Amino acid sequence: MSPTYIARSSAVAARRLGDEMVVISALDSTLFSLSEVAAVIWEAADGRTPLEQIVRERVCSRYEVDHPTALRDAEEFVRALAAHGILLASEQPIEAPPARAAASAGGMQP
Amino acid sequence: MLTSTTSGISNFRAFDPPGLHPEFSRLGLTIEIGGLALRVRAPGPEFWSLLAARYSNFVRPESRAEMEFELFAAPPGPLSAETELQVRCENGRWLVSRGEFRAAFDLRSRRGQLACIPNPYSVDTLLRIVHSLLLAPAGGLLLHASGGIRGGRGFLFSGVSGAGKTTMARLAPPDVQVLTDEISYVRNAGGGFRVFGTPFAGELGIQGENVCAPLAGIYLIEHGAANRLEILAEAEAARRLMRNVLFFARDAHLVSQVFSTVCELVRRVPVFRLEFLPDHRVWEIIQ
Repeated sequence: MSPTYIARSSAVAARRLGDEMVVISALDSTLFSLSEVAAVIWEAADGRTPLEQIVRERVCSRYEVDHPTALRDAEEFVRALAAHGILLASEQPIEAPPARAAASAGGMQP
Repeated sequence: MLTSTTSGISNFRAFDPPGLHPEFSRLGLTIEIGGLALRVRAPGPEFWSLLAARYSNFVRPESRAEMEFELFAAPPGPLSAETELQVRCENGRWLVSRGEFRAAFDLRSRRGQLACIPNPYSVDTLLRIVHSLLLAPAGGLLLHASGGIRGGRGFLFSGVSGAGKTTMARLAPPDVQVLTDEISYVRNAGGGFRVFGTPFAGELGIQGENVCAPLAGIYLIEHGAANRLEILAEAEAARRLMRNVLFFARDAHLVSQVFSTVCELVRRVPVFRLEFLPDHRVWEIIQ
């Protein structure tokens, strides 16, 4: 099975507020709240480290969870965020973030 | 389950109109909100008078305008069914449309035009959009909220339509200066966040007072069976406040700036969830 590489999209902004990591998609203003474990994966998503390695070194070493279970949850998390375009997933290392999204249609009504 | 989903002034350069035609000056009106002045030129004296009355608390002829807009009466014709506001940026030029409302402006040249049915609501829309775009990089935002100043401190009551924004403004005791019952103007003024009055009126139908104060608290309001106050954690406060921010452009950089402002806001200003009964006693717990 090919490794999965993950990287944060450049079209997002993220801030840690208290115990939570809050991420916003600048494309559609959708907000995401990441759990503690998800935030660990998010912060490690550098485009060069395989997901399996992130889970083994950053998750399983810190939390009481077996590797298959943690990897399955992590893959589900990656799929969900990738579907919203805020996390990039590839079978190849991701070298550079994509160009910034262009300004487009409106958001909230005045 | 690792995630849960929930659903920019200090450096403005003053605008110095070069060689204006006398008619331009005669029908121009400088409207200053949140310390930022925009000048509009009405297409005729009747509309000018309407605007002068509508924005009377905010007309500042002596202020130097940061941007200037020429208004045109939209040509008569059947009303458009278009209801969704469209905002887009092409080569630095912002284009805004909804039905007969057509605006174009450039934040760099600080000039723009608006073609609309001549009513104050069209100008309200223009002002809200332009202010929201200018506030984003300056650490400010427009919020769906009523507000007031009491004892030199500013309070905001934020919520969706029907949550009770106008009710809170109506219930304000006599010693409260009402800032607005619909759209509040918040700016990070260096030493902290300040809230300003706006002319943007909701059901109350009157413009706010043109005053400002340090922002002391934000209340996310909803009708309830009793008056009940609960302070919110920063993340929850940010999530809920973001839903009530007025922002129109899906520009990644600007959205990030607004998000950053909201995060800073919840760190520096307490945010409460307020359930309330619609009577005057609710103001007893605002402090």
